[in-house]
Amino acid sequence: MKVDLYEKIWMWLAAGMIAAFLGAITFAAGSQAIRPPSHLETIDPATVYDAPGFSAPGLVEEPDGRLVVSVVAEMFLFDPDEIRVPARRPITVRITATDVIHGFDVVGTNANAMVVPGYVTEFTLSFEPGEYLIACHEYCGLLHHDMQGVLIAEEETS
Amino acid sequence: MSGRHRLAGAHLAVAITAFALAACLGLLQALSIAGIELPEWSEDLFYLSVTAHGVLMALVFTTFFIMGLGYVLARESLGRLAGERAAWVGFWVALVGSGAAAWVILRGDATVLYTFYPPLQAHPAFYIGATLLVVGSWIWGAVLLASYRSWRREHRGEAVPLPVHGMLAAVIVWYLATAGLAAEVVGMLIPWSLGLVATIDPVVARTYFWWFGHPLTYFWLIPAYVVWYTVLPQVAGGRLFSDPLARMVFVLFILFSTPVGFHHQFTDPGIEAGWKLAHTFSTYAILYPSLVTAFTIVASLEVAGRLGGARGLFDWIGRLPWRDPFFSAVTLAMLTFTVGGFGGAINAAYAMNAMVHNTAWIQGHFHLTVGTTVALSFMGATYWLLPRLTGRPLRPLALARLQPWGWILGMALFSGSNHVAGLMGLPRRIYDVSYFGAEQASRWIPLTKVAALGAVILFASAFAFLVVVVVSAWTGRRGEAPAFEFARPLAPVAGPGIWDRLGLWTLVAAVLVALAYGYPLLHLLAQERFGSPGVSPF
Repeated sequence: MKVDLYEKIWMWLAAGMIAAFLGAITFAAGSQAIRPPSHLETIDPATVYDAPGFSAPGLVEEPDGRLVVSVVAEMFLFDPDEIRVPARRPITVRITATDVIHGFDVVGTNANAMVVPGYVTEFTLSFEPGEYLIACHEYCGLLHHDMQGVLIAEEETS
Repeated sequence: MSGRHRLAGAHLAVAITAFALAACLGLLQALSIAGIELPEWSEDLFYLSVTAHGVLMALVFTTFFIMGLGYVLARESLGRLAGERAAWVGFWVALVGSGAAAWVILRGDATVLYTFYPPLQAHPAFYIGATLLVVGSWIWGAVLLASYRSWRREHRGEAVPLPVHGMLAAVIVWYLATAGLAAEVVGMLIPWSLGLVATIDPVVARTYFWWFGHPLTYFWLIPAYVVWYTVLPQVAGGRLFSDPLARMVFVLFILFSTPVGFHHQFTDPGIEAGWKLAHTFSTYAILYPSLVTAFTIVASLEVAGRLGGARGLFDWIGRLPWRDPFFSAVTLAMLTFTVGGFGGAINAAYAMNAMVHNTAWIQGHFHLTVGTTVALSFMGATYWLLPRLTGRPLRPLALARLQPWGWILGMALFSGSNHVAGLMGLPRRIYDVSYFGAEQASRWIPLTKVAALGAVILFASAFAFLVVVVVSAWTGRRGEAPAFEFARPLAPVAGPGIWDRLGLWTLVAAVLVALAYGYPLLHLLAQERFGSPGVSPF
């Protein structure tokens, strides 16, 4: 296949650009652990509140010192709808749904996840001090837009 | 309409009718999101209208338009259409299916949005109707393949004409993509909505959906590319810069359109991060043919300008036929893709996606890609097709000239403001964006008003398009229809080369799909899983 010289140069530049993008993404994923929530754990959506870890949703400090927030999403609320966490500490969020698919978006942060009945979504992030709107960002029925909460990341006083 | 093209005309008529209805709904949604009180409006109607707008624009308008365009291109560049009776059957099957789906949506029995994620459950007629639309399009694909084989028997040793090479790529991508859709809709949703099975696994359903959902966008895009490669240089008065690279581009679309779906599921549970990263790689691979296209088409236009007498570095741009509505619509659509494409690279970036997933950024993005690059190319293609199909001139010409610029202006406002609001965190498809006065929400409210202004301009442009279509198709003196002419390449096309071995490339593509989805799906299916019963909160 005969390719014009300028076009050949362009094709190499394009390939180089894509390689640079992918290199940056792979580097960030490997060295900085920047990766999307990808946990695999199933749960019976009919009995979420009986499951260990979801019977009393909210913030728990595990024996090993990990901070875990469990949340249940259902039409059209988050339980709990107010989450208080210490700022700048790794927080593991564990969240599931009892009915349809919901979204869990802590506005202005990187906390952005799908919440699917039958599965537990889990990710770990830390939050800068502040008060953040939590919005359901996946259509879940006619009152979808009312489904919200608040996450308050507080400076630790010690 | 000449009898020769009645089939294509029927498809275009359905496509444009769907577009007209959906354009009205789009305007209402944008006004509603901006907080403008509409009479008799409610959240029921809002989410119903979001569903109808998505289904009519993304599934009905595009599919029927592509079917009609495919028939015209096959007939004109192969000189035949094998199985015209089957093609009519396909048309009616698709039309009845679309009608059934539209009917239950408008009755309020299928407010599940055009992504219809279970456990949201619509009336069974919604799923069955959507299936019939796809079955009709399968028949279309078979007619194009049969026409190609009939041509091939008489033209051994020749490369297939480029317009058909591209349309066959679209057909192959469509068959690969809709295999995933069939697995979801026929294998899961229809039996579940009929009550034959009690529960459904939403992550498996989403995985099948996005197996279909992303190549769907290339099924829209490839026919637009066919117009850019084979018609645009001709109308501009130039030549196609490189024929073999065009064929390479279409083959790369066959290969990489489908194994990419996880970039829509980055934030889903149940899929391992490594597989999401793998799909990031294949998604970035699909950027490549578009970057090559950018060079080839712009170089073809430069050839046109130079043949028209341009000598300087940039004066060829001014010599292009900007006053031709086809030319300006298609060229503006193409330029828009440079912005939309880079937005897509952000969406597909494994980690950056968390900033934009399911926010207004996404609707800003796909209104640039499908809503402008594809839709405005199709409007331009309509301006090219109408006089050739009907023998009537395009009228009113001034309106047709203005229309693409209106679309670009409206879309710049609509899409730009949605991109920014999305970065602020505004979720997409939200009836009330105020979140009971939350402080963060107050920042994006002004942007929704900019989006509404954009939508008003877009609607005016859509209306102008419809006026031109109706006036040109049904009024005016019939004369000699202009010929269907396709761009000749700078270098003559040699015989069929490596990029013409479509059977081989289809096989490779199927292997890539199996590699991309085989293990993640089997791994998921092997878990102890708990299904969900259907819920219809609408």
